[in-house]
Amino acid sequence: MEAIEVKGMSKSFNGIKAVDSVSFSVHRGEIFGVLGPNGAGKTTTVRMLTGVIKPDSGEARVMGRDIVSDTQKVKEVLGVVPETANAYLDLTAWRNMMLIASLYNIPRREGERRATTLLKEFGIYERRSSKVKSFSKGMEQRLMLSMALVSDPEILFLDDPTSGLDVQSAGVIRQRIKELQKEKKTVFLTSHNMQEVGEFCDRVGIINHGKMVTVDSPEHLRTRIGGSLAVEVKLDKAVDMSMLDFHPERVGDNYRIYTTEPHEVIRSIVGFATLNGLKILSLNVQSPSLEDVFVKLIGGSNEQ
Amino acid sequence: MSSKVWAIAKKDILMYYFKGPVVIFGVLFPLFLFLAFYIGRKLPAAFLIPGLVAMTIFFTSTSVSPMIMPWETQMKTLERLISCPVTVRTLIAGDILASFIFGACISAVPVAVGVALGVGVKSPVILATAVLLSAFCFSSLGLLFSTPPTSLVSNIMMLSMFVKFPVIFISGIFIPVEQMPSWGVVVASLSPLTYFTDLARFSIQGYAYYPIYVDFIALFVYSALFLLLAVKLHERALPKRF
Repeated sequence: MEAIEVKGMSKSFNGIKAVDSVSFSVHRGEIFGVLGPNGAGKTTTVRMLTGVIKPDSGEARVMGRDIVSDTQKVKEVLGVVPETANAYLDLTAWRNMMLIASLYNIPRREGERRATTLLKEFGIYERRSSKVKSFSKGMEQRLMLSMALVSDPEILFLDDPTSGLDVQSAGVIRQRIKELQKEKKTVFLTSHNMQEVGEFCDRVGIINHGKMVTVDSPEHLRTRIGGSLAVEVKLDKAVDMSMLDFHPERVGDNYRIYTTEPHEVIRSIVGFATLNGLKILSLNVQSPSLEDVFVKLIGGSNEQ
Repeated sequence: MSSKVWAIAKKDILMYYFKGPVVIFGVLFPLFLFLAFYIGRKLPAAFLIPGLVAMTIFFTSTSVSPMIMPWETQMKTLERLISCPVTVRTLIAGDILASFIFGACISAVPVAVGVALGVGVKSPVILATAVLLSAFCFSSLGLLFSTPPTSLVSNIMMLSMFVKFPVIFISGIFIPVEQMPSWGVVVASLSPLTYFTDLARFSIQGYAYYPIYVDFIALFVYSALFLLLAVKLHERALPKRF
């Protein structure tokens, strides 16, 4: 049984398709990332899968249960960190934790034990009696993750969890995501941060204009954009390299060439530089980043 | 279910009701309205206290409950709640419970004022039952006001004030039902507050316009109607809030 199975799920708002016949599955114990620009449909997808809104068409099952007909059972196995931190600002961190524990029917003593453990783990136990409105954004987000974990969920939905956070808070949250991976929890992570997604996720879905453009592992995605490697060169002068057989892209002061045969490219570049009296300031071969994949795929889907 | 309802109610009490201005407004607003009517007239306290109790319970039970849904929509906390295993019915039950506790407790203040002024309560059991039933009825009415799926509290305030103020004037508080013209009696019979006012007059003054079983049945029917409508309309409105 897959943790999440989605088939042809769609949702429109005022006649505009926010999610357009999306299909994918998330394996149990997997960290599944969803990348997409603003307005691509990431948050709407999360809201549908977490039972906040209903899809217009299609179907989705979470831990084998239908998200429309069995919504309450689905919610029992989920923890959610939404896009916008939404703890009760006029309640203390402790009261927020206990509220969520009560809504998951966790007995009081067990709820207190879990809340204590989580707040200590996220470094906010000392501030448990402070109202959330006095928290920094990073502390509030750490509280959001604590609230999502208090029910010990089988699946955790993290909607852009490190967006706009300070380095320390983002680090604490990333560290916890890595631990979830070890605990074999299923994580559904949406993010703008390609490095984060590339680092954690077993597979990544790229969504644009409400459509799932592709789903694959970060490694496979990197090999899918015109070659498996990128040769990057920096010369002492800006020159026209269009006479070369391959087509370099200008990236800042550098030129980048995607190729499956880097040795040929390096040989040509060295020959070109020697012939034109240019100095090679740096030359390196690297795997394309997930950002390259994203730009390429999103660019392609935008053209369609 | 019951522990979740209590958790929602406790959150409402801490977030919205346990605030000085809310408590003071719940007592002061009906009191000032009452004084505006009372000052300069020679009316017996036994006539005035049932009206003050009626206004207090009506205003307190409908003061905060209509604001919770738009507030929580605006603050995105509604999304937090609804992503937990909680139904709309549980949310509504919790909101009504908090409003019920607030309305029932604050209504003790004008009763205490009446006792301090030497007004005796002839039927305390009837009064207590009427207070509890009408606190529930008006709390459900308050929830009904917040069914339009807006995040603008001011819109809901306007709607609730548009209904609440006329209701005060047609419910036998300032002019007893028996002194109204026949069309006034018909209009008064449409207001649930009329039946509570009638029961309060019976409990304190010893007489009522309607038989008291009619008052109780009317309050019960209005409670069921408001609750049913609130649940149905909130269930329909919820997806439009996100």
